[in-house]
Amino acid sequence: MVSKEEIYSFLENVCDPEVPALTVLDLGVVRDVIIEEDLITVKITPTYSGCPAMNTISANIKFELLAQGYKNVNVEEVLSPSWTTDWMSNEGKRKLKEFGIAPPQYQTKDNPLEEDAVVPCPRCDSKNSTLVSQFGSTSCKALYKCLDCLEPFDYFKCH
Amino acid sequence: MADNKLDYILQLADNALIYGHRLSEWTGHGPQLEVDMALSNISLDNIGAARSFYQYAAEIEGGDKTEDSYPYLRDVRDFKNVLLVEIPNGDFAKTIARSFYFDCFQFHFYTALQQSSDERIAAIAAKSIKEVTYHWRYSKGWVIKLGDGTEVSKAKIQEALNDVWDYAGELFAPNKLELEMQAVGIAPDLAPIKERWDNSVNEALKEATLTITDENGDWHHSGGKNGIHSEHLGFLLAELQFVQRAYPNSEW
Repeated sequence: MVSKEEIYSFLENVCDPEVPALTVLDLGVVRDVIIEEDLITVKITPTYSGCPAMNTISANIKFELLAQGYKNVNVEEVLSPSWTTDWMSNEGKRKLKEFGIAPPQYQTKDNPLEEDAVVPCPRCDSKNSTLVSQFGSTSCKALYKCLDCLEPFDYFKCH
Repeated sequence: MADNKLDYILQLADNALIYGHRLSEWTGHGPQLEVDMALSNISLDNIGAARSFYQYAAEIEGGDKTEDSYPYLRDVRDFKNVLLVEIPNGDFAKTIARSFYFDCFQFHFYTALQQSSDERIAAIAAKSIKEVTYHWRYSKGWVIKLGDGTEVSKAKIQEALNDVWDYAGELFAPNKLELEMQAVGIAPDLAPIKERWDNSVNEALKEATLTITDENGDWHHSGGKNGIHSEHLGFLLAELQFVQRAYPNSEW
């Protein structure tokens, strides 16, 4: 029988459709993998309630496991405990920055509303940046601008 | 009791859906690109929350019900949302005034709903409260910006807040269903939520240098919670349900 570790290693091939730099494991949406006889259940948690990427993520998990030879796969959404950026891996944060998106700067409990958040520019590392819009190109991001290199950039909000 | 819970879940869903749909009407029409994105994002969060509630309702009802049965296949009288969320967007000031009242309500309401004796409802509330916190910060920010802005912006937001005010009262007037749900611990008591809402709204209005003259006292528009709607909801549903009505049972 396949082990949980093996399934997790396959999930490293499944990326977030909107932030392709991140795997679903980096993002922290995979909550558990349950293996019973020939059925594999992958439990995922939605990032934002209306996130349109969830259906694609669920389909991509099934495709990946099918490609690895597992036909009987069930992807289940769990709501509680609700997803938080605190679950994002350090590796994930590094990859985000490399991709040009500033990673979450705080643990949510320390600064839930991100009042006066200092968000370093992912390109030049300057802390001299300013919020352009709390709501960005996707639910999970805000729009910032670097006041030194003048590049606009996305910030993955603490959530 | 199970039927009542189903009705209550649908009321929660309808509020989020109709509010989300109204905000989605701004997509592509926002006065600035950032406003367009923000209102669309807030819309999406609300429609997402509505989906979670509709999915739960479909599981309870069973049979061939799905999350889509409720938004697409019910008629206007079956919707139990408050009138506040169905009123037309009007101009930007009016949309912000409605959001200001409703986001603040959702913020305090979902905070309390996390203590619901129904685990699933509590989980959806816990998920939504994080998003609603951003929504409330956004609409409050705009009321302050417009109120404490130019003479014109101040006059417009003041007029909008006055216009929408008489729709806010319905949020806090429990109907029979809500009282029954409160008695079994599923729904929160609306009285302390009203107090918190008053405090938050007054604090923001003070910062915005605005005041509400409550000419009508406790009187407010009502009916939505019991399915008695304004003329506007029918038109909204005509658009929302068009594809499913024109091509029954079609799938995406």
